[in-house]
Amino acid sequence: MKTKATAFPYTIWMVIFIVVPLLLVAYFAFTAQVPVEGGLAGETRTVFTIDNISQVGKFAPVLTRSITLAAIATVICLIICYPIAYIISRGGGVYQRTLLMLVMLPMWMNFLLRTYAWMTLLEKNGLINRFFGLFGLGPFEMINTGGAVVLGMVYNYMPFMILPLYSIMTKIEVTTIEAARDLGADGLHVFLRVILPLSIPGVKTGITMVFVPAVSTFIISRMLGGGGYLLIGDLIDLQFLGNAYNPNLGAAISIVLMVLILLCMSIFNQFGDEEEMEGTLL
Amino acid sequence: MRKRWLSIALAALICLSFPAMAWAEEEDGGELELYTDEAYYTRFAGQGISINVYNWGEYISDGSDDTLNVNRAFQDLTGIRVYYSTYATNEELYSKLRSGNANYDVIIPSDYMIGRMINESMLLPLDKDNIPNLQYMDETFLNPIYDPGDVYSVPYTWGYVGVIYNKTLIYDEEELGSWDILWNEKYLGNILMFSNSRDAFAIAQSRNGYSLNTTDPDELRDCLEDLKAQKSLVQAYVMDEIFDKMLGGEAALAPYYAGDALTMMDDNEDLGFFIPEEGTNIFADAMCIPKGSREKEAAEMYINFMLEPEVGAANIEYIGYGTPNAEAKELLDEEITGNPVAYPSEEELANTEAFAALPQNTSLLLDELWTELLSNDEQYNRILVPMIMLAAILLSIGINVQRHLRKNKRNYFS
Repeated sequence: MKTKATAFPYTIWMVIFIVVPLLLVAYFAFTAQVPVEGGLAGETRTVFTIDNISQVGKFAPVLTRSITLAAIATVICLIICYPIAYIISRGGGVYQRTLLMLVMLPMWMNFLLRTYAWMTLLEKNGLINRFFGLFGLGPFEMINTGGAVVLGMVYNYMPFMILPLYSIMTKIEVTTIEAARDLGADGLHVFLRVILPLSIPGVKTGITMVFVPAVSTFIISRMLGGGGYLLIGDLIDLQFLGNAYNPNLGAAISIVLMVLILLCMSIFNQFGDEEEMEGTLL
Repeated sequence: MRKRWLSIALAALICLSFPAMAWAEEEDGGELELYTDEAYYTRFAGQGISINVYNWGEYISDGSDDTLNVNRAFQDLTGIRVYYSTYATNEELYSKLRSGNANYDVIIPSDYMIGRMINESMLLPLDKDNIPNLQYMDETFLNPIYDPGDVYSVPYTWGYVGVIYNKTLIYDEEELGSWDILWNEKYLGNILMFSNSRDAFAIAQSRNGYSLNTTDPDELRDCLEDLKAQKSLVQAYVMDEIFDKMLGGEAALAPYYAGDALTMMDDNEDLGFFIPEEGTNIFADAMCIPKGSREKEAAEMYINFMLEPEVGAANIEYIGYGTPNAEAKELLDEEITGNPVAYPSEEELANTEAFAALPQNTSLLLDELWTELLSNDEQYNRILVPMIMLAAILLSIGINVQRHLRKNKRNYFS
């Protein structure tokens, strides 16, 4: 294959910051530190083992829960964001720019801060419950539930769904829709036969960009789920900053998660794959 | 330590009060009453020596709000330059030292971490002749379980775990005073717990009368069963979020560190605090010199300076935890030293136990049990995940290859 000389720095960059770390993760996942027999205290040697990967089996329910919650969040995100992206893409000039800005604006704030804010909103004595209290309703149990975790994911990853949808929808010409209408299609048919098929690449990118970070998120469940909804990201965090310091198991969980995401994405990419799509990630 | 939440608030405060701070900095230095003679401190002056100090965030009196700027005072007195940096958790400190690239002269880890560092020979023994101010230490804090004989460490602060409660949400004052209240079904959904395996298990261990440093897997299993039984009553497992939740009246009961409980009680009058009769964990942070230190004598001088009663008192006033320095305690406000939460009587603390370093096996088991508690699973098959992994990889490759073939075929026909 012929690569241009200008691509060289990027190749170096990718090797150092993507390939090497990946190999390191794999190395950690398949090795373990065992004490040297008859050696000094604290002296260890490295052995190759598949034990770390086996141990991930203990966390199967956590894995399933992470994938389920992330999938639910992705679907909700899609349902909410699709109309929004369409409306933005149909608007023009200042109107469009303002809406886009409103989507982007929360992302300028720190992720932790935004999640912390949701905590104060959802609490038993939080703002939402106090508002309902004015009408004699509630208090509703909102925080420390699976729903709160999904809400946190939907809220935090929404822009990642809107932006790819928006960028693909702006490419749909008004003339195309007008042509469909001229040929006798009603609103529903225009949507099903024209807009939806043309926006599929955006949908796919959006789903990938929401699902992947959602499945490995690690602080949302602790703050909004009350620690009772341990997700796979929290589990990895625990291996590095917990009390045992077990980077090998942490790396093994990461590898398993990566493979599962790869699978989910491959299966998913099967759908609507009739033509070469622009904007798909995998 | 354990004050991330507070440190954020303080950082904001410090930024706001910047002009005031600049003015305060001119004030300090030179007026300290020293207990060790000046010749001791000035012997390195003018030699261009510097030391690296690595401490918890917001864990030293730094000159804000008219307090003493300890590092600057040390620099002015001795002519030794202090490079000061901070960390947020013991584990962060540990992994930084382990990676081997760091070079520090003074560090201030917690008890169990000191024990672990001693076991892994990461610390240097201290030369006590070089730290004359050791004589002012309170005897009760010397010779701790994590460092027998005080070979490697000098205590800096101490604290203990108790239960903070909201008076308006307690049904019966009689029930206070024992860990059992955290297992009382009346408080369903009104209890917060530590989201940290060691502290959470310590509660179950104290309640069952086990040692906090037990390595017996059966005892740990027992504790796990207790914690599982408690799980349905627990509203959330939290750390720093506790400030928000207790101040907002979200929960009735929560075990936490006494120093932080004091901070919360200052802000909400409905909060109270008790020390469980079954006993609890007493913890300490202590100053050590890690291996790789280049200026050990200067580092010892820094430790000695931190033990100067006036310096110690200034630090404690700033941090809010207890001081192990008897002379420094004398200098503190009556209001602080007379507070039973900050300085409980000896009888109340009679039952306490400190954390020691656990063997790696026990640490791993503890994390494993902790994960089991939070994810509620017991059985698993050892070959399940490797098999699923293999199947998943093959399937992904298969799907992609098939897609590729199909595409090629299509291109061929078109």
